[in-house]
Amino acid sequence: MTYDYRPYPYARPPGLSAPEPARQVIIVGAGPVGLAMAIELANHGVASVVLDDNNVVSMGSRAISWSRRSLEIFDRLGIAERVMDKAVPWRRGRMFRGETELFRTDLQTQTEAEGIADGHAFPVFANLQQYYVEEYLIERIDALDLVDLRVRNRVLAVEQSDDGAHVTVETPDGDYGLRAEYVIACDGVRSSIRSRLKLEFEGVQFEDRFVIADLEMETDLPAERQFWFEPPFHDGRTALLHKQPDNLWRLDLQLNPDDDAEEAVKPDHLRPRIAAMLGHGNFRLDWVSLYSFQCRRLADLVHGRLIFAGDAAHVVSPFGARGGNGGLQDVDNLGWKLAAVLQGRAAPDLLESYDRERGLAADANLRSAARTARFMSPAPGAERLFRDQVLALAAKASFARPMVDSGRLSVPCRFPSSGADDSRLPRASRPGSVAPDAPQGNGWLLPELAGEPALLALGGAAPDLGLRVIEAELNEATRARYLGEADQALYLIRPDQVVAARWVAAETAAITAAITAMWEGRP
Amino acid sequence: MKLIDTPNLPDPDGFYEELLDAHKGLSATETAALNAQLVLILANHIGDREILSQAIALARQG
Repeated sequence: MTYDYRPYPYARPPGLSAPEPARQVIIVGAGPVGLAMAIELANHGVASVVLDDNNVVSMGSRAISWSRRSLEIFDRLGIAERVMDKAVPWRRGRMFRGETELFRTDLQTQTEAEGIADGHAFPVFANLQQYYVEEYLIERIDALDLVDLRVRNRVLAVEQSDDGAHVTVETPDGDYGLRAEYVIACDGVRSSIRSRLKLEFEGVQFEDRFVIADLEMETDLPAERQFWFEPPFHDGRTALLHKQPDNLWRLDLQLNPDDDAEEAVKPDHLRPRIAAMLGHGNFRLDWVSLYSFQCRRLADLVHGRLIFAGDAAHVVSPFGARGGNGGLQDVDNLGWKLAAVLQGRAAPDLLESYDRERGLAADANLRSAARTARFMSPAPGAERLFRDQVLALAAKASFARPMVDSGRLSVPCRFPSSGADDSRLPRASRPGSVAPDAPQGNGWLLPELAGEPALLALGGAAPDLGLRVIEAELNEATRARYLGEADQALYLIRPDQVVAARWVAAETAAITAAITAMWEGRP
Repeated sequence: MKLIDTPNLPDPDGFYEELLDAHKGLSATETAALNAQLVLILANHIGDREILSQAIALARQG
């Protein structure tokens, strides 16, 4: 089934007739990051206008693999139920070299090292085409008074002043201007705002080209991530097959440097390769595209009143699902901070902590993507030698399997934190980590931690410091993730559900100091 | 931990002979592959990142 692209209605903006009042926030770009940003801000009571030059959702499935963290964020945004009704949850992978299966992977057991394998509201990963995610986010926005989504509104220019920014917008009916206290650029990898401001996008462009395709077929293949090095059906370098809803399967084929890429994407050329891979020709090509990737980031994510998020701020290879998931974590980090600045609860300096924390995350994602690229496309010589021998060893000894790198799948970045800590408490919830989920009665812990900052009390009481207090139900999961050896603990949780500080025996002065540090965005 | 760079093998001549025998009859490519696998196997056995860094530095001295 091909996705039904319905254009969203364009409405003549009032700014074409008379100057519009200044807004709190203008978001440029209605991809998953821009749309999520608008809802996140609305959840914090901040109004925004979202401008996009297009009027349909993503052409092609694009970002498909959503991490548990992204699903938790979708939950806060109010679309998790819609997403999970449609998405394909998965946890297992199979790794091949040529005809030989090297080993299987299980993302669920990989998280067991942290003692947090079971007892989460959401699976480790779920696959859903980007166009559905955008559709659900727009559906949610339609129900929100605080978000004004304007399609076919192309931003031509952004100018900053001390107290805000002004954008010039082009519409089918002419141009108009709009002011806001802050502008967030979520306009993707080819961000026009970034290029107009001539901001350097630092990093490297990789030469390798990939054919990406969605196949529609009826099959009982399980929902596993299948990855081939030197696939027997394709004389290129790697191949990836992954399940999506609607009987669609995502295929990535890495091309050889001397392949004619334009030729490779033609159905006459592509179909026989895919048929060889599947062992049959009962499939339909739903979407085919060609890509190469880059690993780049902006040196600074915050430029005065202009803030960058998602691919506009940093791009990586698609193999770790770090693009869409990384962008949502930007939203997660920026939303409460910008709201606090706009509402006078924090000084603008708090935004520097967005730059610091998400800059570190971008660096971690870039490092991971660069390592993967080196493994998937080793340079001739030593790189190729060791890559091939790691694969040879992986077939006969398990120790080499963790070295096989076909993309390290997105996990939330853990920020270095000097927040108060106690070594008796478990590592999984140390300061700088996203608070791990756990069952609570008939529901879950994380939704309770969303919104305002909170003191999470386990096995004891929390002092009244004007912060809301959540007393967690003690069970196997909360004990393993939050108590460890201790009988009681107190956690300070940021609005993005990140642990700011924690104590076994908390003193009021220490808690107050930690709350202040949180609002000041200190590391 | 410090890398042991003083004699530590009980039977250096025997080990050396076994290593050379393992390469007997191999092409240059096969020899390189064997060596690469040995490095990876031994690195995993040592399992100490600091020791491995010291070993790489020592080997890089030429």
